[in-house]
Amino acid sequence: MTGSPLIVRNLTKTFLPEKKGGKAFTAVNNVSFELKQGQILGLLGPNGAGKTTAVKMLCTILTPTAGSAKVCGYDIVQQKDKVRECIGIVFQDRAIDTFLTGKENLDFHARMYHLDRKTRQERVAEVLDLLDLRGKENVKISECSGGTQRRFEVARGFLNHPQVLFLDEPTLGMDVQARKNLWDYIKLLNEKEGITIILTTHYMEEADYLCHRVAIIDHGRIVAMDTPEKLKRAVGLNLISLQIAQDSSGSLVDSLKQLSWIKKIEARDGSLELSIDGGEERIPELIDFADSRGLVISSIKLYKPSLEDTFLHYTGKTIREEEGSLKELWKSWMRRTGGKK
Amino acid sequence: MQAIEIRRIIDPLPIYTMWLRELKRFLRVKARVVGSLLMPLFFLAFLGLPMSFASRIPVLEGIGYLDFLAPGIVGMTLLFSGTMSGASVIWDKEFGFLKEVLVAPVSRFSVILGRSLGGMTVALIQALVIVGIAVAMGVQLSSVSGFFLAIVIMILTCATFTGFGIIIATKLGNLEGFMAIMNLIVFPIFLLSGAFFPIQSMPSWLKYIMYINPLTYGVDGLRSTLIGVAAFPLWLDFTVLLVVCLALATLGSYFFSKMEAD
Repeated sequence: MTGSPLIVRNLTKTFLPEKKGGKAFTAVNNVSFELKQGQILGLLGPNGAGKTTAVKMLCTILTPTAGSAKVCGYDIVQQKDKVRECIGIVFQDRAIDTFLTGKENLDFHARMYHLDRKTRQERVAEVLDLLDLRGKENVKISECSGGTQRRFEVARGFLNHPQVLFLDEPTLGMDVQARKNLWDYIKLLNEKEGITIILTTHYMEEADYLCHRVAIIDHGRIVAMDTPEKLKRAVGLNLISLQIAQDSSGSLVDSLKQLSWIKKIEARDGSLELSIDGGEERIPELIDFADSRGLVISSIKLYKPSLEDTFLHYTGKTIREEEGSLKELWKSWMRRTGGKK
Repeated sequence: MQAIEIRRIIDPLPIYTMWLRELKRFLRVKARVVGSLLMPLFFLAFLGLPMSFASRIPVLEGIGYLDFLAPGIVGMTLLFSGTMSGASVIWDKEFGFLKEVLVAPVSRFSVILGRSLGGMTVALIQALVIVGIAVAMGVQLSSVSGFFLAIVIMILTCATFTGFGIIIATKLGNLEGFMAIMNLIVFPIFLLSGAFFPIQSMPSWLKYIMYINPLTYGVDGLRSTLIGVAAFPLWLDFTVLLVVCLALATLGSYFFSKMEAD
């Protein structure tokens, strides 16, 4: 395949008011981005930010109000069936037949994607192995644990060799251990099968751990998109805190000012806090520098801004604050349920 | 080119897949298999048998009440199973399974066709078991050819109410409303279908209500093919059922194709 597996141009979705006099609500507002083959993109944002709506449009369940997108080179409005053939999706809410066993669900899915018997059997065996689901495939889904159910859904999502896999809040409501496991499976999939993955999340750790690129979404807009590293760096400089063995920090401060990559120096309770341009590589430089002046650094520590700080920087609020606010929860609930009642 | 287009709309493998799923789901829940047969059995055993001891139906000389009731109970089974199978689209939607089906590269018509065929197969098996039970209780079938004609009527009746169930499910869209509708519409359809009493002996106002009930023709067709007694000619039962069935099935699959997945 040539070109990018995902090209999104000015994608917009506006929900019309249910009743007369109600306000139209724009869930996704003029979103554009591109993705390279084999990348994992995280759409990071609070509940109701428009992540799920964006994913639904890209996997052809919702029709966009404006703008366009190409998935695997096919238009999401004009060539729905072509798009559907080359994607896999794991929905936010459970979407698996609980009356059937895991294997029956996988078989069902394979047939729906027109895999012939031989391919189907091989592929089902493959994904069972890959997601470590051996021994559980003949248990009814309703009797599996939540984590196992989710793993079956992920297994199903990439059963048909998709070029692009959508994961909508894949680890929502999972315990820490199961979440960590699933992350590793997702990483493995991405590395082993080279699948391009788009995942939505409101967990910072998830975006940070898994994604090659992160798009921060708030109120339907992408406010920033880059690698987690660069996003974090853009927020602010790394901070180095160091202590000098001898009480001679005063002389050091003056000489440190000569270094161009040190932007700011603050003395606090006998330790120095330096705002620096760069990362870990500055630590040995600092030690050498102090050494050459006959000073011994007794402790040194590097602080990096977290993705949490990044989110705060771009949206003016922390993701947890937003989650905790009752009004926001209510609003997001209304958005989710308002469309169908 | 045209052949490819038809193959896209009527897609054999997914249709078979949906059909298989319906069957597996039904057979997996033992309570459902037994439960679905209990109500018709109760009607035959606790209504048909006692009534056949108590009285004779004046209009239909020489026919026992159990013989008269049996085709009506077969019709009831088809009504309830058909409507339920069509309406269980709601369950799939509620439990999220529908979304996974709708993002598959399969036409919606194939999805609903396979699903309905699965539900109809289940309903047809139930109906045939009821016929078997009725025969075991002493109901005499009129002829072998009549039995095969009865299967045709069963298929039409079942398809009619499957379409009806899909329409209710797609238009109502939630479980609570659906249960209310089941009781509000399905029971009157059942009670006013002539399953319990002959339409000939009703006053004209009631006759007209029964004339617009599609199940009336289903029950009448089953009665004429199974035990050889009927209010209308068989060709009329067949034609009415066929027309209503096609109309409801078309409307049902149209609504399903327009249904929001979420």
